[in-house]
Amino acid sequence: MASAGAPTAPEKLRMTQSAHSRPGRPRENSVNSEEAATKFRVRRLAAWFGSQQVLHGLDLDISKQRVTAIIGPSGCGKSTFIRCLNRMHELVPSARVGGEVRLDDEDIYGPGVDPVLLRRRVGMVFQKPNPFPSMSIRDNVLAGLRLTHQLARAHANEINEKALRSAALWDEVKDRLDEPGAGLSGGQQQRLCIARALAVEPDVLLMDEPCSALDPIATARIEDLIHTLRERYTIVIVTHNMQQAARVSDRTAFLLTGELVEYAPTDRIFTAPSDKRTEDYITGKFG
Amino acid sequence: MKHTGRRGVVIERLFVALCLGAVIVPLGLLLILFADVLSDAVQRLGWAFLTSFPSRKAALAGVYPAFVGTLYLSFITAGLTLPLGVGAAIYLEEYERRGRLANLIELNIANLAGVPSVIYGLLGLGLFVRIAGMGRSLLAGAATLALLVLPIVIMASREALRTVPLSLREGSYALGATRWQTIRQVVLPMAFPGILTGSILAISRAVGETAPLIVVGALTYVTFLPDSLGAPFTALPIQIFNWVSRPQAEFVLNAAAGIVVLLGTMLALNAAAIFLRNRYQKRTY
Amino acid sequence: MLSAAPGGRVHGRSAGLGERLIEVGLLGCGLLSIFTTAGILFVLAIETFAFFREVTLAQFFFDTQWTPLFADKHFGIWPLVSGTVLTSGIAILVALPFGLLAAIYLSEFAEQRVRKVLKPALEILAGVPTIVYGYFALVFVTPILQAMIPGLAGFNSLSAGMIMGMMIIPMISSMTEDALYAVPNSLREGAYALGATRLSTIFRVVLPAAVSGIAASVILAISRAVGETMIVAIAAGQQPRLTLDPRLPVETMTTYIVQVSMGDTPAGTLEYRSIFVVGAALFVMTFTMNFVSQRLTRRYRSAV
Repeated sequence: MASAGAPTAPEKLRMTQSAHSRPGRPRENSVNSEEAATKFRVRRLAAWFGSQQVLHGLDLDISKQRVTAIIGPSGCGKSTFIRCLNRMHELVPSARVGGEVRLDDEDIYGPGVDPVLLRRRVGMVFQKPNPFPSMSIRDNVLAGLRLTHQLARAHANEINEKALRSAALWDEVKDRLDEPGAGLSGGQQQRLCIARALAVEPDVLLMDEPCSALDPIATARIEDLIHTLRERYTIVIVTHNMQQAARVSDRTAFLLTGELVEYAPTDRIFTAPSDKRTEDYITGKFG
Repeated sequence: MKHTGRRGVVIERLFVALCLGAVIVPLGLLLILFADVLSDAVQRLGWAFLTSFPSRKAALAGVYPAFVGTLYLSFITAGLTLPLGVGAAIYLEEYERRGRLANLIELNIANLAGVPSVIYGLLGLGLFVRIAGMGRSLLAGAATLALLVLPIVIMASREALRTVPLSLREGSYALGATRWQTIRQVVLPMAFPGILTGSILAISRAVGETAPLIVVGALTYVTFLPDSLGAPFTALPIQIFNWVSRPQAEFVLNAAAGIVVLLGTMLALNAAAIFLRNRYQKRTY
Repeated sequence: MLSAAPGGRVHGRSAGLGERLIEVGLLGCGLLSIFTTAGILFVLAIETFAFFREVTLAQFFFDTQWTPLFADKHFGIWPLVSGTVLTSGIAILVALPFGLLAAIYLSEFAEQRVRKVLKPALEILAGVPTIVYGYFALVFVTPILQAMIPGLAGFNSLSAGMIMGMMIIPMISSMTEDALYAVPNSLREGAYALGATRLSTIFRVVLPAAVSGIAASVILAISRAVGETMIVAIAAGQQPRLTLDPRLPVETMTTYIVQVSMGDTPAGTLEYRSIFVVGAALFVMTFTMNFVSQRLTRRYRSAV
């Protein structure tokens, strides 16, 4: 499901982006004047389900404290790709990974790396909001710390508030923290899941089509939130919605049948794609 | 359309009625059975029947030690079989989903479910009573029943674990929880009502079992209450069997009253299971 | 091994010893079911071998009397087998028509609403403790039958078998219903399109397509009847007798085990071992039937 209806004019997309006054200039913590530091260095990444290969040797670098969008038609492997970044892919029986993924220059598939510890640094938000139904709002936020026994009781309230504020949910739920998390609206649930992921204090946040189950207003709130979060976190977002990619991301990767077709600054992808297939996709000729 | 005349319609109606009869008649017989038992039982039922020890005089004989024995048995059986059964279910659902070992265990459980209960009695007699040296004790009886209902507990628990959506497990893993942390704090709380319901039904099944307890060596004439796990014991079905096998007709009334107590106990367990399920279902958001 | 990377370590082990011990413990729970099977085989085997050190296989298979509890001991298994076959045969004669017709009703005729009530109601039949059925057979059914059938003994295989049949109706009806349900609707529609009536569709198309599932249910029900203990122990008598006359007292294999157990026989005696031998024979019979039934079930599941 790509952007429905008429092909979108790249110009219009650019206008939408600029409305958010996204800084195009490098920031203080950049390594050089042009590019931010690399968070993930992905080389020859391949992935399989059983004998079916779904990723065919991807090479790309994901910048620190930037928003990187992964777009492409259904089944192109974009979800599988980000699930390789926190080693969730291997939870599926028969799933396999090949190639190399470096996080801050450490091979996350290297010997001695515990995927569980990795996932505490690389948080994830899913397509469908999945708050734990047996837990209250507060318990959901603290779930990550509680699950992993890292919670000091004294800090619980502080961490809870901080995470909910970061997820822009605090004002809406501060009076009903003990109510079930599943009682919130879909958009609130998704922000609760973001708060839950932030409470563990990761440095990366992976978002797998986080707005696909939400209405436009809730979607806008999540997108605003992504803008604030990019100050502190490296964000990789999978989306089937090209306007969303254009609105929220600094760089965009276009995947097609498990291969990386094009990876460039978002403006360039949407205004002057260098590959014919990218152009066909963003102008709605297929997908 | 010459074949579907009026005769055809009549025949079809008759056949449907026959099929419906095949459902209704056995159920009607069951009702008659219950009514018959109840009408025999009323002459004995009462507080005295529940609190009296067995006696050679039918009118004075009660089910007290048998009832207490059944309660003890069901608690000990539950204590043994629940952790083991739920543990096995967790292993099969959460750890070893598709392995060869899981297949073997699965096949084995399916076969165990078809083993006649009297053979579990022989297992208990050979293994617990003799080899493990437990003697003809409460513990040996409960351990035997625990193995008997283990397949039921495992199957019910697996069913309950399967109802927990994969997305919640993923949510937990993505927070950096280990497998056991995920199971303990996310999966089990959600599967708990289902596990509880299935387990209570399994215990209810154990309460109604007679043959394995006879083989393990439950006593039929007990004038004391079991005071430890190693004590001799009796149970409601055993007491009923004893009364129904006596030549004197008046003991049949005791058997009927015993049956009412037994069915009442099982009914209470089933009602508890249904109550818990409804209660927790409402609370699952 | 710790890493000095910013934002925390990824090396090392999150899952400590505790986590691994838990996994081993859970594996142990899973293996317990295998140990149970092994335990059954072991217990039956050692006593059976001990038994056949004193009794020859010829005595076991070619004698026509079973009297291990008398002074003049005979160990011919056939009287117990005939008692078992007779009671189970009567049970299946009762259960088969009821179970089949009930399944046809539930699967082909009943409205969803009616089905939702009747199906679990029918399952209650299998959940009533067998001791209750035994009481019913002895106290209620036998006197009624005696009024109708001259020469019917107080203990007989007829009333025990009939009540046992009532108990196994839901086994046949629910498995058969599954099998009927698995018959694709396209087959039914194909038959209707040819102008077939509902009845001829059921008998010529649906039932034949479900035949292996029905066979599986019947075999499983027979296996259940063969292993059933309390109904026959109470109502069919405790006299081993090589007969197929349903009016006479008989003794089934299961009843024999109960009969000896009631007497508190000391371990190590031939009487004690004889119940394990009978148990082993019973195990072989029921295991074989369960196995065949499972095979048939798998066949229809993969065929449809």
